[in-house]
Amino acid sequence: MSTSTLASVQSRQLQDLPKQRTLLGDAARRFARNKLALLGLAMVSILLLTAIFADFIAPYPYDAANPAKALQFPSREHWMGTDEVGRDVYSRIIYGTRISLTVGVGVMAMALLIGIPLGLLAGLAGGAVDYFIMRLVEVFTAVPALMLALLLLSVFGGGLFNVILALGVVAWLDACRLLRAQLLSLRERDFVLAARMLGATSTRIAVRHLLPNTVAPLIVAATIGIPTAIFAEAGLSFLGLGINDPIPSWGKMVGNALSYMRVYWHLGVFPTLAIAITMLGFTFFGDGLRDAFDASMNR
Amino acid sequence: MARYLFGRLVGVLVVFFIVSVVIFLLMHAIPGGPYNEDKVPLSAEAKANYMRKYGLDRPLVEQYLLYMGNALRGDFGVPFQSPTETVSGLIARTWPVSASIGGLALLVALPLGLLLGTLAAARQNTWVDYLTSATATLGITVPNFVIAVWLVLLFAVQLKWLPTGGWGQWQHYVMPVAALALAPMALTARYTRTSILEVSRSDYVRTARAKGLSDRQIMVRHVLRNAMIPLLTILAPQIPNLITGTIFIESIFRVPGLGKFFVTSILARDYPMIMALMLLVAVVWSLVYLVTDILYTVVDPRVRLEKSRT
Repeated sequence: MSTSTLASVQSRQLQDLPKQRTLLGDAARRFARNKLALLGLAMVSILLLTAIFADFIAPYPYDAANPAKALQFPSREHWMGTDEVGRDVYSRIIYGTRISLTVGVGVMAMALLIGIPLGLLAGLAGGAVDYFIMRLVEVFTAVPALMLALLLLSVFGGGLFNVILALGVVAWLDACRLLRAQLLSLRERDFVLAARMLGATSTRIAVRHLLPNTVAPLIVAATIGIPTAIFAEAGLSFLGLGINDPIPSWGKMVGNALSYMRVYWHLGVFPTLAIAITMLGFTFFGDGLRDAFDASMNR
Repeated sequence: MARYLFGRLVGVLVVFFIVSVVIFLLMHAIPGGPYNEDKVPLSAEAKANYMRKYGLDRPLVEQYLLYMGNALRGDFGVPFQSPTETVSGLIARTWPVSASIGGLALLVALPLGLLLGTLAAARQNTWVDYLTSATATLGITVPNFVIAVWLVLLFAVQLKWLPTGGWGQWQHYVMPVAALALAPMALTARYTRTSILEVSRSDYVRTARAKGLSDRQIMVRHVLRNAMIPLLTILAPQIPNLITGTIFIESIFRVPGLGKFFVTSILARDYPMIMALMLLVAVVWSLVYLVTDILYTVVDPRVRLEKSRT
């Protein structure tokens, strides 16, 4: 009894206090109000679950070839038909989710891990450091990304891990360039001038005034980055240099379909739909995050 | 300005040098050579002859210096894939095709994107905005080869409006250009919308409105000009990719462009062609990068190229 009294007193006291609002809480509330963001969250969650539980969802193994049943149109037995060696397209698409998500998240993690420190250094330190980093960025951008990835994969061989490395080597450029550009532009803003006039040190200005303002753009960049990496993997596999057979990759399925799809439309339609849906899901989700964090966009 | 340009030029040359060394080493690190048995059936003697003819039997450093020396004199060698012509000839034959689709795509994408983005921002949170944003999201997120496959399935296979193959007539340009233009158009529309909305809330726009300028004047003179700044960063990297050809679009629509050589050169260990393509892209990219930086100072006088004079 005494505990319940205490609890009620406490709750009354809590009610009297002004509501505590945190950046994260605000963002979560705004995110929950955004229907498209919730749709994105749902799509990404379904994709994640599909990737994790692929073994239970797929009706057939991804590599079970059956030449007698090659190139069948969708039927009750094979929902999305079979490919040129008689593998179940639906099962291969389910397993392909794993590959796509792993590459997307892996490449983005690598990109942020390299891009954020370099971007911060370039934008905050300036001078010779900035010059050096920007020339490094220039070197990497001057090499065609696809060609560099192809070269790297030719040297080190294909496979999931090497694909992530080959794409990550150039994926950090955007995050780095964006962060630097943001810092440079923010530095000229009046609130920074005001802070400086009030006697704030450079460190304080960087931590309190510049960095918080770069979070939202970085989220946008990362959002665009995950689907971009998924797209890049699909592209490499499309050309036959990414994920090795018989591991299913949506891009490889599209690439293989090119010579058949003018008749066997299902080979072209389903893998491209899988790619498109995945990209859209991540984009909705990321855009929702951005809008949620960036309160000023929501007025 | 002259001093800045000179500095940048030196920087570009240094970048070229580093890029060429890295690519040269990487491509020679790929296992197998252009005249290995899996590529062409040659006797050991014939292979040795070829290797000697193209200097492939010399040490790497010597090969590099030889190549660069020739390249500086305008001789980029002979593509191993098609030894009857020169690398320059091959590029001169195929690049215009790629560049024309890419250029057309840009010409379509930019004005359309700007228009859609401005419309969406002006009519924020109406159906115009939602429709534009939906199209933009689709264009940005769905890869162009997916769009290309859909275009083929819909317009060539299902409706039979456009040819599935061949090259030369205007009909052959429609689908590749559309597939290429969608992404830059969508990017332009999205960023135009976002930055217009952002700029619209700034103090100087409020000031402009307070002093009685019309909406149109504010849009053109204050909003659009400032909204262009982030757009430059976003669009500039698209340009080299577009005009140097994309392998995906070109292979789906069977366009006889430069795109496929980015892959076949590596597969065939076609060293002269790999180096030439790399240099070509590096040149185009450096030019675009330099022009973008200069454009920054035009649209945003706050950005200074040289160190601010104190």
